[in-house]
Amino acid sequence: MSDSTNKTPDGNWTPRIVAFFCNWCTYTAADLAGVSRMKYASNIRVIRLMCSGRVDPQFVVDAFAKGADGVLIGGCHPNDCHYVEGNYKCLRRYQMLKRMIADMGIEPDRLRLEWISAAEGEKVRRVVNEMVETVKQLGPLGIPAKFEQWDKEMNALAEHVAASQGAGAPGSSGQNKPQTAQTAHV
Amino acid sequence: MNIMETRKNEPVRIGFYVCHCGVNIAHMVDVEAVAKYVATLPNVVVSRNYKYMCSDPGQEMIQKDIREQRLNRVVVAACSPLLHEHTFRGATEAGGLNPFYFQMVNIREHNSWVHTDRLEATRKAMALARAAIQRVPHHKPLEVKKVPINPDVLIVGGGIAGIHAAITMANAGKKVYLVEKEPSIGGHMAMFDKTFPTLDCAMCVLSPKMATVGSHPNITLWTYSEVVKVDGYVGNFKVTVRRKPRYIIEDLCTGCQECVANCVYKEPKFPDAFNLGLGKRKPVYMPFAQAIPSIAIIDPEVCLNFKRGKNPDGSYTVSDKCKKLCVVACGDRKAIDFSQKAEDKEITVGTIIMATGFKTFDPRRTPYYGYGVYPNVYTALELERVINASGPTEGHLVMRNGKEPKRVAIVHCVGSRDENTNRWCSRVCCLYSLKLAHLILEHTDAEVYNFYIDMRTPGKSMEEFYNRVAEEGMHLVRGRVADVYPDPNDTASGRLIVQAEDTLTNRILKIPVDMVVLSVGLEPRPEAEDLRRLFNLSCSSEGWFLERHPKLAPVSTFTDGIFLAGCCQGPKDIPDSVAQAGAAAAEAFSLIDKGYVEQEPNTAFVLAEECSGCKSCIPLCPYTAISFNEETKKAFINEALCKGCGTCVAACPSGSIVQNLFEDQEIFSEIDGVLAPLPQ
Ligand SMILES: Cc1cc2nc3c(=O)[nH]c(=O)nc-3n(C[C@H](O)[C@H](O)[C@H](O)COP(=O)(O)OP(=O)(O)OC[C@H]3O[C@@H](n4cnc5c(N)ncnc54)[C@H](O)[C@@H]3O)c2cc1C
Ligand code: SF4
Ligand code: SF4
Ligand code: FES
Repeated sequence: MSDSTNKTPDGNWTPRIVAFFCNWCTYTAADLAGVSRMKYASNIRVIRLMCSGRVDPQFVVDAFAKGADGVLIGGCHPNDCHYVEGNYKCLRRYQMLKRMIADMGIEPDRLRLEWISAAEGEKVRRVVNEMVETVKQLGPLGIPAKFEQWDKEMNALAEHVAASQGAGAPGSSGQNKPQTAQTAHV
Repeated sequence: MNIMETRKNEPVRIGFYVCHCGVNIAHMVDVEAVAKYVATLPNVVVSRNYKYMCSDPGQEMIQKDIREQRLNRVVVAACSPLLHEHTFRGATEAGGLNPFYFQMVNIREHNSWVHTDRLEATRKAMALARAAIQRVPHHKPLEVKKVPINPDVLIVGGGIAGIHAAITMANAGKKVYLVEKEPSIGGHMAMFDKTFPTLDCAMCVLSPKMATVGSHPNITLWTYSEVVKVDGYVGNFKVTVRRKPRYIIEDLCTGCQECVANCVYKEPKFPDAFNLGLGKRKPVYMPFAQAIPSIAIIDPEVCLNFKRGKNPDGSYTVSDKCKKLCVVACGDRKAIDFSQKAEDKEITVGTIIMATGFKTFDPRRTPYYGYGVYPNVYTALELERVINASGPTEGHLVMRNGKEPKRVAIVHCVGSRDENTNRWCSRVCCLYSLKLAHLILEHTDAEVYNFYIDMRTPGKSMEEFYNRVAEEGMHLVRGRVADVYPDPNDTASGRLIVQAEDTLTNRILKIPVDMVVLSVGLEPRPEAEDLRRLFNLSCSSEGWFLERHPKLAPVSTFTDGIFLAGCCQGPKDIPDSVAQAGAAAAEAFSLIDKGYVEQEPNTAFVLAEECSGCKSCIPLCPYTAISFNEETKKAFINEALCKGCGTCVAACPSGSIVQNLFEDQEIFSEIDGVLAPLPQ
């Protein structure tokens, strides 16, 4: 897994978008888009959940961590959730997630929440195409590669620490890590 | 021996099947490549592609493999799970496995039908398949919950569709609640004189059915009533119906109409809604002659015994200012009760049929036709009343000025097939326009012009009907009417000029007529949006209630146990409305007669050992399924109440809630699967 960004066989990068769609509205709308033979970008991978309220923030973070360049959440319009108000819970988590991923250095535009009713096949088409365009503009996110890079740096650091402390007390090395990390990079 | 038992501890053995769906999938997805790729994935024992997986041979292939290859998981990549998940769960079960060891991958609706690059579509199919292959090892055997179904049914809307559904169900011994908003059932059909294509009298066929509804021992008819609250789920809906006060006690009124005859208003004075304001009625009135129930009603807006104006809560205050001759006339029957209040009734039903119909397009939205401005411009529905023997003119075709028209123009497609109003074809207007032209010719010596865009007469006997009436001497002009304006040469008589381009001869026509009839299209009712919310339905972008599948589930909705009949689902004629009502009744039956509803076992449960007792989940559940055990300090989910949304699962900070079928591990492996690198 040396390069986990998504490449087409001809070597060009193409974004991968993980989508979480609620069963009752957005997933059905995507089915409708299919039945109506609407055409949209193929970069999207839909995971079906019963309700947008089931979207655990960890799913979103995990998708980015595993190499998604964007995450799309689709639920029913306000007041239309099959389970009354799961979509409101989702909205709250989404707002929290937006801030959180920004703190992690991920552009907030890589995460999008849309209310798409079962009748709005056309909206699925539009939102997916827009999302793919946005993410194309932003370029590859490549978190897994960054993780690898961080891992390498951490390993190098550990070696550096071990070397500089020689046979000294191993228990104390952990606490010094942050400091040494900076010096190691300068 | 039970296969499932013996296989419990065996390593995971997956069978994977990718469907061609004829060419629907195979033309855009290289199904062989997908099967080959999946064969390389861990735990996959068989990986096949086949033309039609949902066919009998396809399903048998799965069953055979389960037996012979000792499979314990099954994945099918084909159409949407909303269409065939059930089928393949069945095949998995028939092969001897728990049906929930199955997972479906949508590569048709979500892939081959919406993408154009075969290579990319194939890679997407591989990614989606991989997600399922990684997901299924985490699947657990689950059991479908069986919940008993309440055999009673609620029908909302008493037009021809609701009436037919009610009688069908009631005749089979089911208890039916029929809720109608207006004071009488009958809907639009009750307003018509004759109906196409047979030209039989509408009331002659409708009123016996209305009477049956009124007297059927199995039907509880609540007119002048509306559903205000719906709780619960298929098999067990709790519905609140508000019965508006009609100020007449239904059980005591005999329908004699003595009250109407003796009202202090000697002459009818107020616009009569049933006749669209073309006729007049008194404050106390019978909705129309054949009304069911045959019970009078008092309009508190105009009755002298009420203070003018509504109270903030919608009620009216008795003024006691009237001599109440109606009460005197009613005498011993004592049926009049000015103090009547709205009353809420709570009922429990297992199934619901929506039959709330349509409204006609308001032609004020197309001002160039002059409706509401020139008194001689009518809607088709108004003409239905004018031409009706029991209508405001007793069937004499006269205009508002009392004169019989010599020339009449019928304008088709008003508010239909028009970018600026409604884009759809309303399906019945060409035919009812021909019917009305025929009726005008039958009633008068007038010349009749039908202006149409295309003459649309599909359906059994309809083209024949067209051919028959077209020969009766009406003028058929192919062209959309652009303008209706007063004849400048004759301003006194109210004569109008109808201007249109005859697209067959390429001439601009300006035809002077006495009367213009607008063939208004069919539209969703304005309150359809509120009803949709109330009943948790979906609407099409036009606002019609959305059926579950346009071809295969045309009267079902996305809410189990709720069915559609008639024009609330889209424009249609009476035969189709009745056919749909029968279909909706049959669907409701098949649920009721089974005796129970099966519920997806996607409920959530708390892992007591891990619950920290933080109570975060408790307020989140919309069904108050979660309670807190004060002794153990743990949360507990009542499985019977949980509907399986998963909101609490996503919220639990200690990860101690598990949702069956959507466990965290299952989702995480899907995420991993869709993102895993693919072979180049
Ligand atoms: C001018 C005209 C002429 C036509 N002529 C013909 C013809 O000749 N032949 C033919 O086959 N078809 C004809 N049609 C079509 C025909 O009217 C429909 O097919 C038929 O009326 C559909 O019946 P329905 O029960 O679905 O709806 P409707 O007749 O609209 O009945 C719906 C009922 O539901 C009630 N309702 C609505 N909302 C609620 C609510 N929230 N709660 C409770 N009740 C509610 C309404 O009051 C009404 O009683 C014509 C249509 C028009 C406009
Ligand atoms: S949120 Fe989780 S930990 Fe908190 S009470 Fe509910 S189940 Fe227990
Ligand atoms: S899954 Fe939804 S319905 Fe079930 S207990 Fe949790 S919040 Fe309530
Ligand atoms: S079911 Fe669609 S958001 Fe809740």
